Amino acid sequence: MAFQAYGGEGWLLTKLEQLINWGRKRSPWPLPYGTACCGIEMMAALASGYDLARFGAERPSFSPRQADVLIQAGTITKKMVPIFKRIYDQMAEPKWVISMGACACSGGVFRTYSTLQGIDLVVPVDVYVPGCPPRPEGLIYALIKIMEKIEKDHPLRKKAAEIGIGG
Amino acid sequence: MGLKEDVQNTLGELALDFLECQGDLSVTVPKDKIVEVLTKLRDNLGFNFLSDVFGVDNSVFYEKLAKAKAKKKKGEEDKEEEPQGPPPPRFEVVYLLLSLETNKRLAVKIQVPEDDLVVDSVTCLWKAADWPERETFDMFGIRFKGHHNLKRLLMWDEFPAHPLRKDYPLEGQGEERILEYND
Amino acid sequence: MEVRRPTIEDWDNPGDLVTINIGPSHPAMHGTLRVIAQTDGETIVSAEPEIGYLHRGVEKLGEHLTYHQFIPITDRLNYCSAIANNVSYEMAVEKLMGIKVPEKAQVIRMIMMELARIADHIVCIGILGVDLGAFTPFFYLFIQREEIYEIFEWYNGARLTNTFGRIGGVEADLPEDFEERWRKLLPNLKKAIDETDKLLTHNRIWMDRTIGVTAFSPEDALSWGFTGPCLRACGVKRDLRKDEPYCFYDQVDFEIPVGKHGDVFDRYIVRMIEMEESIKIIDQAIKIYKEFPPDAPLMAKVPKIIKPPVGEVYSAIEAPNGELGFWIKSDGSDKPYRIKIRPPCYMVYQAFPELVQGEMIADLIACLSSLNIIAGELDR
Ligand code: SF4
Repeated sequence: MAFQAYGGEGWLLTKLEQLINWGRKRSPWPLPYGTACCGIEMMAALASGYDLARFGAERPSFSPRQADVLIQAGTITKKMVPIFKRIYDQMAEPKWVISMGACACSGGVFRTYSTLQGIDLVVPVDVYVPGCPPRPEGLIYALIKIMEKIEKDHPLRKKAAEIGIGG
Repeated sequence: MGLKEDVQNTLGELALDFLECQGDLSVTVPKDKIVEVLTKLRDNLGFNFLSDVFGVDNSVFYEKLAKAKAKKKKGEEDKEEEPQGPPPPRFEVVYLLLSLETNKRLAVKIQVPEDDLVVDSVTCLWKAADWPERETFDMFGIRFKGHHNLKRLLMWDEFPAHPLRKDYPLEGQGEERILEYND
Repeated sequence: MEVRRPTIEDWDNPGDLVTINIGPSHPAMHGTLRVIAQTDGETIVSAEPEIGYLHRGVEKLGEHLTYHQFIPITDRLNYCSAIANNVSYEMAVEKLMGIKVPEKAQVIRMIMMELARIADHIVCIGILGVDLGAFTPFFYLFIQREEIYEIFEWYNGARLTNTFGRIGGVEADLPEDFEERWRKLLPNLKKAIDETDKLLTHNRIWMDRTIGVTAFSPEDALSWGFTGPCLRACGVKRDLRKDEPYCFYDQVDFEIPVGKHGDVFDRYIVRMIEMEESIKIIDQAIKIYKEFPPDAPLMAKVPKIIKPPVGEVYSAIEAPNGELGFWIKSDGSDKPYRIKIRPPCYMVYQAFPELVQGEMIADLIACLSSLNIIAGELDR
């Protein structure tokens, strides 16, 4: 019975999901992983002037285990791939990924032997920010997009489907 | 124009060839005498600062030169083919020297044939040669005898090729590095 | 100052040493540096840096692009001061072709390069503060850096990766009210530098954490190929702007700050003073600039497709980090045959094991930030 309610869309559960989403949305702790030039722009976004903290990203979390949003700013080289993948694997669910800059999205100008042609070959990406480098506003916009995505999420229903109950 | 004569006098026989381009002087010396040459230049001419060490792959360069020559010949008149000498060594290692007192710069070059890719290390003269030599090994496969820690520098250890060689494609040959968990 | 560093023999029990790995994903390692250190308690016995995590194949890429196309790639070397990279590369190609750049263009280059130097030093000092736990200067300085970036953006449309200049000159004159804008920025910039100075220089904690940390002797520094602020901090008066003047540096009047011990504190002070000297240079350069008529040429006569004669040249300038040189070999075609970049911090960073030996782990972080290692030009 309770399981049915769990899998269905009872009024209570919908509201509970909304509550969870509201909480998640307001404090996306970013893991700023700046490897190259885009990292400098990301720093500008975190510093005075643009101040990413206004949007709830108050605490840049340098430990992947306490982070929600991985901001990949800059090139990932093939040498870096295992480390990058491991960082992603270490992040706890739920997690989101922002791919900032042309390099992270697609390899950018560096179509060479040592550059990974887009981090989406390794991890799933939620928001792509084009630009070389994108402006700090671009990053802020991406964070807002992530918030919108969180808002539409159904954490409980997903969980139910995962463990195989309900519809 | 003193520098060329100075170098000529100091090195004597060892200076095989001079090249001047826009005021930059470079001198080619025998490969197995490089430590001796650099010591001489450092102690007698005051070239006491090593800016950089790097390799060059000249295979395509020589091909192009030969082609240009052939073209020119055809344009002029059809002479009979000159007998060709053995092909020049494929690689080149360049040492950029600087004198802190006179602010003069000098490039010293050695030629490294493909079948004998071993060069004496100059880390005994300047510690600065440490990483540049490792990088040259990484990128061209030239080994430096006497280097204390000759490993790959920029690419990962298992990387199979030497990327800055001219026959290595720009986009690579599909080398990947993947994460493996042990359990 | 006598610097004696303990060696591995000084430890009785090498078996007791603990190997720790720092980085590459570590907030103080700038995302791409990695150090494997052997420690005895808090003391570092040996450290081995591992680089290459940002090796993007720039030199190989250069062989496949035309001379003009390579300018944007040079932005991505030292991305904190892209303009200095651009100018260095352009000067190398100009030397290869024997082009003489119009004087007005040279002044514009000079002004922009000094602005870039200030921006670069701001990043370095700001990050050094953050890594040592002093967060406030970072915010103070970054406001002014934003202003500098706005000037760049206003001039050529990009904040960070400017792609400044062309081979043979610069693409555009300075905007009309450049001087006005600079005058507006100047007091704030000076104030920010002053405030940082007040917050840090005589701060007890700051002094304790930086003075005497990773001191280095001038002989060692020269042998390791140091250039730029790190070399000057060791007490060697060497600056390519004075020693091999380019642009108009021989016509302006500025000082070269030198340190004494080559420790973190000296590197910090040298950078602080250099910022002030840069301000002086810009002021004088603007004066020189104003002597030129508005329609003075900005570009030398350069063919559309650049095909330098066969040859090889090396040309270097004093970038914010030190001697940044380009060695270019041309085979007569429209693409360089080989480009070798001589990045300044590559040479500095290879001395890292010797610098940090015998220091504490926390000092390793301080040392690393004070060297201003920029991964983009380190790994290329
Ligand atoms: S996208 Fe451009 S600015 Fe960003 S890391 Fe890549 S090259 Fe640098």
